[in-house]
Amino acid sequence: MSDISFVRTEMLPEQDPPASTVGLIGWLRENLFSGWFNSILSLVSIYVIYVILSGLLSWAISPTWGAHSLNECREILAGLGREGHYAGACWGVISERWLQLMFGFYPPEHYWRVILAFVLVGVGLAPVLFDKAPRALLWFTPIFPFAVAWLLWGGTIWGPLVAMAGFVVGYFAYRFVSGIAGGLLGIIAAFAAPVIWWLFLAGPVAGALGAILPIGIEAVESRQFGGFMLSVTIGITAILISLPLGIVLALGRQSNLFIVKALCVGFIEFIRGVPLITLLFVASTLLNIFMPPGTNFDIILRVIIMVTLFAAAYMAEVIRGGLAALPKGQYEGADSLGLNYWQAQRLIIMPQALKISIPGIVSTFIGVFKDTTLVSIIGLLDPLGLSNAIRADTNWNGIVWEIYGFIALVFFIFCFSMSRYSMYLERKLQTGHH
Amino acid sequence: MSELAIDREIDRSKMQVSDEVAIQITNMNKWYGSFHVLRDINLTVNKGERIVIAGPSGSGKSTMIRCINRLEEHQQGQIIVDGIELTSDLKNIDKVRSEVGMCFQHFNLFPHLTILENCTLAPIWVRKTPRKEAEETAMHFLEKVKIPEQADKYPGQLSGGQQQRVAIARSLCMKPKIMLFDEPTSALDPEMIKEVLDTMIELAEEGMTMLCVTHEMGFARQVANRVIFMDQGQIVEQNEPEEFFNNPKSERTKLFLSQILGH
Ligand SMILES: Nc1ncnc2c1ncn2[C@@H]1O[C@H](COP(=O)(O)OP(=O)(O)OP(=O)(O)O)[C@@H](O)[C@H]1O
Ligand SMILES: [Mg+2]
Repeated sequence: MSDISFVRTEMLPEQDPPASTVGLIGWLRENLFSGWFNSILSLVSIYVIYVILSGLLSWAISPTWGAHSLNECREILAGLGREGHYAGACWGVISERWLQLMFGFYPPEHYWRVILAFVLVGVGLAPVLFDKAPRALLWFTPIFPFAVAWLLWGGTIWGPLVAMAGFVVGYFAYRFVSGIAGGLLGIIAAFAAPVIWWLFLAGPVAGALGAILPIGIEAVESRQFGGFMLSVTIGITAILISLPLGIVLALGRQSNLFIVKALCVGFIEFIRGVPLITLLFVASTLLNIFMPPGTNFDIILRVIIMVTLFAAAYMAEVIRGGLAALPKGQYEGADSLGLNYWQAQRLIIMPQALKISIPGIVSTFIGVFKDTTLVSIIGLLDPLGLSNAIRADTNWNGIVWEIYGFIALVFFIFCFSMSRYSMYLERKLQTGHH
Repeated sequence: MSELAIDREIDRSKMQVSDEVAIQITNMNKWYGSFHVLRDINLTVNKGERIVIAGPSGSGKSTMIRCINRLEEHQQGQIIVDGIELTSDLKNIDKVRSEVGMCFQHFNLFPHLTILENCTLAPIWVRKTPRKEAEETAMHFLEKVKIPEQADKYPGQLSGGQQQRVAIARSLCMKPKIMLFDEPTSALDPEMIKEVLDTMIELAEEGMTMLCVTHEMGFARQVANRVIFMDQGQIVEQNEPEEFFNNPKSERTKLFLSQILGH
């Protein structure tokens, strides 16, 4: 028998890995050319990418920024000796109309209001979205929706202030009623009082205050909203409201209270069973039938409500998925420590359920944002609605790819940012190895 | 089933059973659908008692101790914990739960919170303790279970034994009067079982009232003052550990002991 005993007398020094596994060569070898079959696949793919890109770039690189009509574009390209159906892109349409694609028919002298409004959205959301943003911004977060609405629509400042007061009304209604009649009635009062306030009292109060102290900026009508600013307004509002609404619906669906549960299930299943476009038609036409004659219920507001409800139903199901994925032990852990229902939901259940649901939630967000283009069908001038108007212009008659390409690019930037953000969030919330 | 040797002296000076009643269960019945899972349970636990509950799988041990902090609802009979009767009144339930600590087989730590946050959560939100004080208490108990250096890690980064000790510390931070253990060592490797048992012994030495569902018969022999044997949803036999192991009365107990101790 051979000697199997072995004792190491000298420890080996650390060495650099061989060159073929690191650096560019190493990467290429490992990822593109490992084995003959993969090498062939890589070469074929590279060739396909080359063909597509060379065709696309030779079309896209086209000195037509200054053109004022499709014919002018053609002349410029012909002057360069580029002929044929796809001789080159006609970017003149973008440079001439991009402001319109961004702002619709919003008065150009008020563009700054839109820009400021979206900056404020950024400022208001920063402390919610990023740890590193200063915490002091948090006080602005509950205010920014009202500031933004006021900037966009203008008018008297009392409108948003009185609307904000609705929440204060709700708070005091809760304190007052729950003090007298108990928690459940208090919660009902907390919902009912603001609704009554908004529906019946807010208008007259704002009008009266405006008559006493007329502070305001020039009003802009909803008709004048358009382009990406319209999509973003609808999209962001729907996204921001649908998340909390979805959470409430998801919890309601799990509730032990029969009526709450039935209402939530009914709502979710109804909304999910109906195409968004139907809801939008309801918003644009049918809803007026139910309104008292003479009421002017803003069309954009109606659309926002419909899109929000639609998004909330999907959100609720995504979050329910997250709730279902949580082990029962988490509920028991929270219960056994004496946390009450709301504490357990807020501190233990929701943070984890939402974390699990991040990919689904963000998919829903992206879907909602893209679905805002459907409003063009009911006559709102979102980018797609505007593109039809632009193409109907005799100067630009016949243009297709440039406008849609531009719109697609802007949508892509928004959606891709959301998707990157969700990946950042998932990485950030990663704790431990399971 | 292994019988892990407990290789240290147990200090019995503070292990005293008082006359005060901690838990009183009378004629308690529970059904899952039509399945009668707990049948006419009567049990009085005095302060300072260390009770081990044993029995075959499915005999209702978990269900019984989970009724004590109402993770399960009983349908008949009465459960009074620390003078508070468990009814459907949510306020009473939360009150009892904040006085009764519980450790689970699978720890049930909150994976999205650090160890320290796991321990301070309930004191801060339920007891309204100031954060600073809650953190000091938490560090005190983490030192007691010998893992203060892990305070800023997440549960997923700890071994099973460490997680279970954190779970014990988390319960202790609420300064509970009673501790319930539902097979705290069943999901652990032997070395880890020992560290968790050590922690539980220390707890017993300080006079904590404990109810433990466990298969660790060494612990039962040396630490418990009473062993309860359950089968088919009933308490079949209970006795002092010495008598219970050396002189079991019921046939079922004899069978169970012969299986579990491998005689
Ligand atoms: N949620 C439930 N629904 C229906 N039956 C259940 C439920 N939970 C437990 N049971 C049944 O009740 C009986 C007692 O369960 P319990 O978990 O209390 O047993 P146990 O003594 O703790 O067993 P083990 O040693 O395996 O943990 C078992 O037969 C089990 O199948
Ligand atoms: Mg069990």
